[in-house]
Amino acid sequence: MGEKVLLTEVDIRRALVRIAHEIVERNKGCQDLVLVGMHTRGVPLARRLAALLKDIEKAEVPVGTLDIGLYRDDLPYREEPPHIRSTDIPADIVGKVVVLVDDVLFTGRSIRAAMDAIMDLGRPRRIQLAVLVDRGHRELPIRAEYVGRNLPTSQQEEIQVRLQEVDGQELVVSVAPEREENMP
Amino acid sequence: MPRTDALLIRGGHLIDPSQGLDAPGDILLAEGKVAWVGKPGEPPPQKPAQILPAKGLVVCPGFIDLHCHLREPGFEEKETIATGTLAAARGGFTTVCCMANTNPPLDNLASVEFVLRRAAELGAVRVLPVACVSQGRKGQELAEMAELAGAGAVAFSDDGDPVASTRLMRHALEYALPLGLPIMDHPQDVSLSQGGVMHEGWVATRLGLKGMPSAAEEVAVARDILLAELTGGWVHLQHLSTAGSVELVRLAKEKGLPITAEVTPHHLALTHELVLGKSPDFPGLHPYDTRTKVNPPLRSKEDVAALIQGLKDGIIDAIATDHAPHTRVDKECEYDLAASGISGLETALGLLLGLVHRGEIGLPDLIALLTSGPARILKAAGIPGLGTLQAGAPADVTVFDPDAEWTVEPEAFASKGRNTLLAGAVLRGKAMATIYGGKVVFQG
Amino acid sequence: MRMREVSRRAAESQAILSTETKEWHHRHVLDLDDFSRGEIEAVLDTARAMKEVLGREIKRVPTLRGKTVVTAFYEPSTRTRVSFELAAKNLSADVASISAQASSVEKGESLLDTVRTFQALGADILVLRHWQSGAPYFVAQHVEASIISAGDGSHAHPTQALLDLFTIRERMGSIEGLRVAIIGDIAYSRVARSNVWGLMAMGAQVVLCGPSTLLPSDIEKAYPDVIVETSSEAALEGADVVMALRLQRERQEAGLLPSLREYIRLYQLNSERLARARPGALVLHPGPMNEGLEISPEVAHGPQSAIEEQVTNGVAVRMALLYLLARGGHAED
Repeated sequence: MGEKVLLTEVDIRRALVRIAHEIVERNKGCQDLVLVGMHTRGVPLARRLAALLKDIEKAEVPVGTLDIGLYRDDLPYREEPPHIRSTDIPADIVGKVVVLVDDVLFTGRSIRAAMDAIMDLGRPRRIQLAVLVDRGHRELPIRAEYVGRNLPTSQQEEIQVRLQEVDGQELVVSVAPEREENMP
Repeated sequence: MPRTDALLIRGGHLIDPSQGLDAPGDILLAEGKVAWVGKPGEPPPQKPAQILPAKGLVVCPGFIDLHCHLREPGFEEKETIATGTLAAARGGFTTVCCMANTNPPLDNLASVEFVLRRAAELGAVRVLPVACVSQGRKGQELAEMAELAGAGAVAFSDDGDPVASTRLMRHALEYALPLGLPIMDHPQDVSLSQGGVMHEGWVATRLGLKGMPSAAEEVAVARDILLAELTGGWVHLQHLSTAGSVELVRLAKEKGLPITAEVTPHHLALTHELVLGKSPDFPGLHPYDTRTKVNPPLRSKEDVAALIQGLKDGIIDAIATDHAPHTRVDKECEYDLAASGISGLETALGLLLGLVHRGEIGLPDLIALLTSGPARILKAAGIPGLGTLQAGAPADVTVFDPDAEWTVEPEAFASKGRNTLLAGAVLRGKAMATIYGGKVVFQG
Repeated sequence: MRMREVSRRAAESQAILSTETKEWHHRHVLDLDDFSRGEIEAVLDTARAMKEVLGREIKRVPTLRGKTVVTAFYEPSTRTRVSFELAAKNLSADVASISAQASSVEKGESLLDTVRTFQALGADILVLRHWQSGAPYFVAQHVEASIISAGDGSHAHPTQALLDLFTIRERMGSIEGLRVAIIGDIAYSRVARSNVWGLMAMGAQVVLCGPSTLLPSDIEKAYPDVIVETSSEAALEGADVVMALRLQRERQEAGLLPSLREYIRLYQLNSERLARARPGALVLHPGPMNEGLEISPEVAHGPQSAIEEQVTNGVAVRMALLYLLARGGHAED
């Protein structure tokens, strides 16, 4: 199978450090920030960002987890229902700046679902979006404030983010598209 | 004058338990009677007009069903005498006794005569009506049994329901005694069976359905036996379904009491586990399938084994279908509300031959239970000459292939009742030709 | 084209796909006799997420928007019906309700006619409560919609059993190895029957206990791994969870019990009897309770009772089932 490495462990770490600095810069500090990691890989990314923010600003930023399963728009089209994991936001988000954290930004539908989920939990002052990879092909008018790396891809291509906490390795790879028919 | 209707059945294997016949041979039918039985290839005494080749097939007396429901008059949407007797012919039956739970019930001269007239006009096979024990089958006052017997009733039964009143059963037995006819009872203690829709046991417990305990039948069997002893009257016990019933009848017969008994093909082959609906042999069944609902209910494996043993030991006199056709609507509802009964005439032989193929009973014994056994009961009731291939007997003959495999397709039934849990099942053995009064009424 | 659609979606949701519940493949929920441990766990895990939604100020998520849930109750049960309706509404489904009193049952309309009407009205999920055992199986044979049994006759009450399992797991941490005593009218109890399947699948030891006349025939053969007791003291000995069943007063009239007084004397779950169970044993009751009959008020409202919590958990479990059944309505194949 054709697999191409797009980001290495070092690339990922650098990207997160840069995002952390951008978050501080844009929000003039860490006050009123809540990081919300989207299941599955957004969760460890949010935790890492919180740790980085602590290094930079010496401030504890609360980290929550969010499962968007109940807000998905493709439920009727799926054979199997996605497994729903816990949503756990430790802080009141009313009036806060919520930074959604996800691994890949693609069509934007997951982010749309996440914003709906956040809004049901309270009325934040602002919602921002941090992603490790933006691969384009948006289907909704959604844009990320913080992008680790812009990776132009074809629609058929599959981008896999692999993180130590979930997958046991640190990589972002592109997997060649599955073919509709086998080549002769 | 040349006899033009003579039919020679040639090359088959003759089995006639009435005369201990079990050998290859040919048989000639003429003028509605058995004319001659000969060795294979032996020239018949007259030239047949028609030859029915029966190589590899069994040729035996036409089957007799002591118990079926033809539903006419009153429930013609379920079955008619025409469709029911055609179903009988397809199943290899040449004589059927129809039950009295019609509307109006067969508790009066006109109804019995109606059945006999319809049967003569439209029936494919011989129909012998069983008349009511009580007026309106209400279990309160005796029906006019002597007049009904005179009109052609061969027995009395309130089947569909038991004769619940022990007192009325006693008087029925006494009154029928000089008529020489049996009281056929559906033995069931209604206070024990009330509300029950299947066999009481572990399956009913799992399914949360109300069960009918075996004792509901056995209490009534015991009662009927005691009343036979008290009155000297003849009780014919219908569709026995439990090991305990077989045991009670065994004791009664040992005492020489006037008791006869029948069992159905479904009680000999099927068990209550089928109500769970998960059976590799019956692919179309689902849980709570109302096609499994029958009264008496399908019982346990142990009961089935005891019934088969009862056949072998001569405790059971006959196999009767209890063919109970129903419409789709009668069955397409909740289990508790569904009508009880299985459309059985067209699958009886295939189901019963399963017992033979599994080595549980010999083929001649099975044929005896379908021919000479029930014939003895009807002979005592004044209908002689049935169930035998002896020269001079009515030319009622069944020719069947004991090994032909076929898939049960209720939509292809002659019966209007498609209510069978055997739908889609593969049976081994089927009637190939049925001859009633010398005429081929079915050929497969 | 379809391939591309699939892989595009797969890429978008790859994280979620990786932990998808492969176990769940039920089109209907009719009983727990065909549920594996994995399937039950899938329900309980989903229910935990649903319970989080119930803890919010706005207890509503858009998950089942556009889906229609019909509740058809052929037997009065305010509690179960409301629980299902809240569950459906919390998931933003459209809910329509039919009760036996208001429907055409009295006009002689058959169950089949009625359910075909639900179908024609576009029900995606039909929640059915019926007084006849097996009625949901019959309905499932004849409609496209998913059926959830909300209790049928004496046969099954799968959602009650699942909420019991949820409550036990939440309070005790795990169900495996627990001794669960169910006391009362076993013969007529759909709650007991479904709990037997669910508890056994989860590895619990089940003890069924009641007077002989309220134990169904051949119970040992029906549930070979279950312990059957006629003495409530013996059943309670060492129990981790105790469930008292509602006693219908009709049982006495039917000749199954000499008197309610004697039943109370022998089977009522009171503090004296409860003391025979393990310290801190959990007390459950499917409701509605006859306080002072099968359970004493001090036990019903005591510290070991989770009876009120069962009601909340019921909504969460029913939300989980509605969610799990609502998939694939427009699958391309």
